[in-house]
Amino acid sequence: MNFETTIGLEVHVELKTNSKIFSPSPVEYGDEPNKNTNVIDWGYPGVLPTTNKGVVKSGIMAALALHAEIERHPHFDRKNYFYPDNPKAYQITQHDTPDAHDGWIEIEVDGQKKKIGIEEMHIEEDAGKNTHGNKFSYVDLNRQGTPLIEIVSKPDIASPDEAYAYLEALRQRLLFTGISDVKMEEGSMRVDVNISIRPYGQKEFGTKVELKNLNSFNYVRKGLAYEEKRQQQVLMSGGKIQQETRRFDETNGTTILMRVKEGADDYRYFPEPDLPALNISDDWINEIHEEFPEMPGSRRDRYINKLGLTDYDAMVITQTKQMSDFYDKMIELGADAKMASNYLQVNVNEYLNSKQVDLDDTEITPENLTTMIKLISDGTISSKMAKKVFKAITEGKEPKQFVHENGMVQLSDPKELQPIIDQILSDNPQSIEDFHNGKDRAIGFLVGQIMKQTRGKANPQVVNKLLMQSINK
Amino acid sequence: MSNRITKEQVEHVASLAKLELSEKQLPYFTEQLSNIMGLFESFEEVDTSNIEPTFNVTDQINTMREDVADNWNEKEALLQNAPDVADDLIRTPTIIDESED
Amino acid sequence: MNFLDKSIADIHTALVNGDITAEQLTVEAIQNAKENEDKISAFITINEEQAIAEAKKIDEAGIDSNNLLSGIPVALKDNLLTKDILTTAGSKMLYNFKPIIDATVVQKLNKLGAISIGKTNMDEFAMGGSTETSAMKITKNPWNLSKVPGGSSGGSAAAVAAGDVLSALGSDTGGSIRQPAAFNGIVGMKPTYGRVSRWGLIAFASSFDQVGPLTRNVYDNALVLNAISGRDEHDMTSSDQEVPDFTKDIKAGVKGMKIGLPKEYLGEGIDEEVKQAILKAADIYRKLGAEVEEVSLPHNKYGVAAYYIIAPSEASSNLQRFDGIRYGYRAKDAKNLEKLYVKSRSEGFGDEVKRRIMLGTYSLSAGSYDAYFKKAAEIRTLIINDFKKVFKDYDLIMTPTTPTPAFGIGEENDDPLTMYMNDALTIPANMAGLPGMSVPAGFSKDGMPIGMQLLARHFDETSIYKAGYAFEQNTDFHKQTPKMGGAK
Repeated sequence: MNFETTIGLEVHVELKTNSKIFSPSPVEYGDEPNKNTNVIDWGYPGVLPTTNKGVVKSGIMAALALHAEIERHPHFDRKNYFYPDNPKAYQITQHDTPDAHDGWIEIEVDGQKKKIGIEEMHIEEDAGKNTHGNKFSYVDLNRQGTPLIEIVSKPDIASPDEAYAYLEALRQRLLFTGISDVKMEEGSMRVDVNISIRPYGQKEFGTKVELKNLNSFNYVRKGLAYEEKRQQQVLMSGGKIQQETRRFDETNGTTILMRVKEGADDYRYFPEPDLPALNISDDWINEIHEEFPEMPGSRRDRYINKLGLTDYDAMVITQTKQMSDFYDKMIELGADAKMASNYLQVNVNEYLNSKQVDLDDTEITPENLTTMIKLISDGTISSKMAKKVFKAITEGKEPKQFVHENGMVQLSDPKELQPIIDQILSDNPQSIEDFHNGKDRAIGFLVGQIMKQTRGKANPQVVNKLLMQSINK
Repeated sequence: MSNRITKEQVEHVASLAKLELSEKQLPYFTEQLSNIMGLFESFEEVDTSNIEPTFNVTDQINTMREDVADNWNEKEALLQNAPDVADDLIRTPTIIDESED
Repeated sequence: MNFLDKSIADIHTALVNGDITAEQLTVEAIQNAKENEDKISAFITINEEQAIAEAKKIDEAGIDSNNLLSGIPVALKDNLLTKDILTTAGSKMLYNFKPIIDATVVQKLNKLGAISIGKTNMDEFAMGGSTETSAMKITKNPWNLSKVPGGSSGGSAAAVAAGDVLSALGSDTGGSIRQPAAFNGIVGMKPTYGRVSRWGLIAFASSFDQVGPLTRNVYDNALVLNAISGRDEHDMTSSDQEVPDFTKDIKAGVKGMKIGLPKEYLGEGIDEEVKQAILKAADIYRKLGAEVEEVSLPHNKYGVAAYYIIAPSEASSNLQRFDGIRYGYRAKDAKNLEKLYVKSRSEGFGDEVKRRIMLGTYSLSAGSYDAYFKKAAEIRTLIINDFKKVFKDYDLIMTPTTPTPAFGIGEENDDPLTMYMNDALTIPANMAGLPGMSVPAGFSKDGMPIGMQLLARHFDETSIYKAGYAFEQNTDFHKQTPKMGGAK
C-alpha cells in the first residue's frame, strides 16, 4: 500500500519589541527572576491590559511577509486555563479574528518549487516560565506578556523535507522583516508539529499525531521521518493510529508516546472586554508597505541577475538580513560586487565564526570594508597586504589611515618607479644582455632587485610593465 | 423542578473552574443553577438571527500604546505579597504529587 | 460631627473660613463613623492614621479655596485599590491583600485633597444586591437596622446615608450604586461606560463595571463625578470624550425637556408604593415644564436573563486569577498544584461567587457558547437598539430604581433568583453602557426610601444632573434623615 503524508506546523515566533504586548514592562532575556514584571504581568486584581502598537505593526509586517490577507477589524479573545505560568488564568490571544489569514510561502525541495499555504496567523501573549523541583515548582514571570505570533500552515506539507524547507523559508522571511530573531536555540522560534498519513486516493485525512520536543529544524525533519515510517508500519500491519502526543527522543531519533488525547480542551474563548477592537486602516498598511524590507528571494534574484553572483554566493549572502543589508550598502558605496561577496563570505564569516559574534556587534562596517576593497582594486595595496588591513578593520581602524601610517602603500606611480628601474638597469648591464639573449630568468632577477630597492612596496604589475618597456627600448 | 442542568454537568463545570463541591453542596448548587437557568428559557421567544452580538459598549476603537518600555520596578513589592517565595521566584507545590492517590 | 444636613460646599466654606481644620474635621468624622459602626457596620477598614496624616498635610498646605474637595472626608468601596491599605473586595480570598498601587479614581481624589477615612463593606466581589454576601460583616440600613442597605455598594450607601462621609465611591455592574442609593434615600450615579477609569477597580464584569459617586445631594454628586472622570491611559475602554463641568448648567431646570416613562418599568412586579412615587415624580416634572410621555423598551424584560449570562461569564474569567499562587488566600497543606487551586478557591470564595463562576463557566463552555453567551450578547444589541430608538425623541428616561424598597436582612438569602430580579430595572443601563442615577423620590408607609432612576444618552450625565437637581429642589425627600433604629 502507498501512503501520502500530511504535515501541519504551528510556529510560535517571539517578537523583539521594546515592551510587552499588554504591559509596558521591558522585553529582555536572561535577567534575574521577575525583574521585568509589574502588576499587570502578575495578573493583579484591578489591573487592565493595554495594546502595544508595535506588536500590531509587527503582525502586519509578518502578514506582508507571508502574503496573507490582513484582518481589518481584529479583536482579542481570552483563552481560559489554569497554570502557574499563566497568572490571569487566561491568555489574551486572537481566536475569532486572527491578525491575518490565507497566506503562502514558496519552498524548494530537490529543485522543485512549491507553494505552502498559511491558514492563519495571530498575535498573543507568551506565558512565564515554570521550573520543576522535587516538591515544589517555581515561577518566573519575566517572559509573561512577551509578544508572540503564531503561524499555522495549511495541510500542504507532504514530506519531512518539505517541512524542513518550509521552516527555513519561514525563518528567513520573518528574519528579513526584522520583527524577530527567529532562533530556535534561544526559544524565539518554537515549532509544534502534527502528522498524519492516508492511503493514496483517500479523501479524508488520517488521524493526527502531535510531536513535541523538536528543538531544531533537523529534529523536526528526523522526528517526522521516523513518525511517517512508524505510522506506515502500524497501518500496514492492520493497526490503527490513535490521536496522541509523542515526544521526540534526541538520542536515538525515535518518538515515544506521551499521552493519548481524550476530547478537545475546553478553553471557553470569548472576546476580551478590556480591549477595544482594532481598525487596521489602508493608510497604515501602505505606510508599513513603504518601509517593508526586500525579502531574501528577491534579493537573490537581484544578486544573480544584476550583479553577476553565482546562485551559491547569493544564497550565502542572504543567510541573514544583516549580511545582505551590509552587502547592499557596500555595492551602493561602489565596491566591486564579486570582491565584496568574496570578502563577506570568506574573511568576514571566518572572523564572525571565530569570535562567535554578530556582524552588527563588530567594528566592521560597509564603509571601511568597501574602502579596503577599493584600495585593492586600484592597486594601492596587494591582496596580501589586505589581510593585515582587514585585521586592523576588525580592531576599529580606518583602512586608508592604517595603510598610510604603516607605510603599506604600494608604489604604483610610474613617475616614481621609472627612476628606480632606470637605476637598476644601468647597474646591471649583464642582465639586459642575458635578456636579449633569450634568458627570461634575467627579468625575474631585475624585478627582485627593484622590489629590494623599494622594500617590497612596488606594485609588481606596474613594475613588470615599465621594465619591459624600458628593456625593449 | 426541572433539571436544566445535571449534577454531572455541575461537577464538570466546577472542575473547569477549579472549585470543589461537597456531597451536600452538589445537589444544592445544582438546584439553584437549574432555577436560575429557567430565566434563560425566555430567550427562545427572541429571534436574533439577523442581530450582531454586542461584546463591549466602549466608544473607543483602535486605542493603542506606543512601544516604549517602562519598568515600574514593582518586583520587591510583588514578591512581598506572594504567599511563598524562594530566590525571587514564586513557589508553588509541585504540579503532580506522586506520593499519594 | 456628622454630615446629615451638610453639603460639600458648606464644609468647604467652614474649612476656608477656618471654622474647623481638616484635621479636626477628619478626627470628628472618624469618631462619628466609629460610633455609627456599632449600628450599621458600613466599613471593613477605617484608615484612621493615614486619614489624619493626610488631613494634617492639607492644613499645612492651606485649604485651596478653589478646590471644593480639599479636606473633604470620603469613603471608598473596598474593591478600589488603595496602596498599602487593605483591599478585600469583601472576600476571604483577599483577606490580607495590600495593593501596591492606587486606583486611578483614588489617585484623582487624593490629588484634590479629599480624605479617605475608610473602605466600605460590599457584597463579595460586588456580586449581590444586599451586601449580605460579604465575607466580612453584615451592613445594616440606617433607616431600619433590620433591613439590608442594598448592594453591592451597600457599605458606601449606608456610610453616606448615616452621615459618616459627604461622599463615597461605589461601583455599578448591574445596579450596585443605584440600588443601594435608592434603598438608603441618597443620590447614586453610574456614569456612562468609559466615563471613569476602571484601572484599580477589582473587576467583576469588565464590559459593565463603572465607578461612580454616592452623595446626599445631586450637586455634590456632580462635583465628585467632575473629580473622577476622564480618559486614563491605563484603561483602553475609558473614553477620550471631553468631560464637561457637570455642575455648570445643573440649575438650568427641565423646561422643554422630553422625558420617556417606559411602561415596562411600571408593570408586573413593581410595588404599588414605588409605582405611585414615580407617577408623582412624573407630575412634578410636568409642572416644571418637561414633557413626560409613555415610551416602550420591549426587550428590556430579557435584560436580567442576558445579564446573568454575560456578567457571570466575564466574572468567571476575571476571577480565575484568584488561584492562591501570587497573592491573597492560599489554602494550607495542599500537596500538589491541583489541590492548591481547588482548595484555595473553594475555601476563599463564598457561595454567591461560586454560583456565578459556575454559571459563567457553563455559559462559555463548549456546546453552550452559542445558545447562551452569544445569544445573550445578541439580546444585548436589541436592548441597546430599544434605547437608541427612545433617545431619538427623548432626552431622559425616568423609571423606579428598584421594584421594591429595601427588604429585610436574611429575607432573600436562599433565593438567588428573587434576588436577581431586584436588578431588573437597573441592569439595562449597564447592558447599554448608559449613564443612570438614582435620586430620592419618596418613602414607603413603613418609612423606607424609594428611588427614582434617571437615564440619559451616552455621555449625557449633564441632563441627568439637571433633572435630578430640579426634582430635588422641588421635593424634600433628600432632607429626611435616617433614625438609625429598628423597625417602626
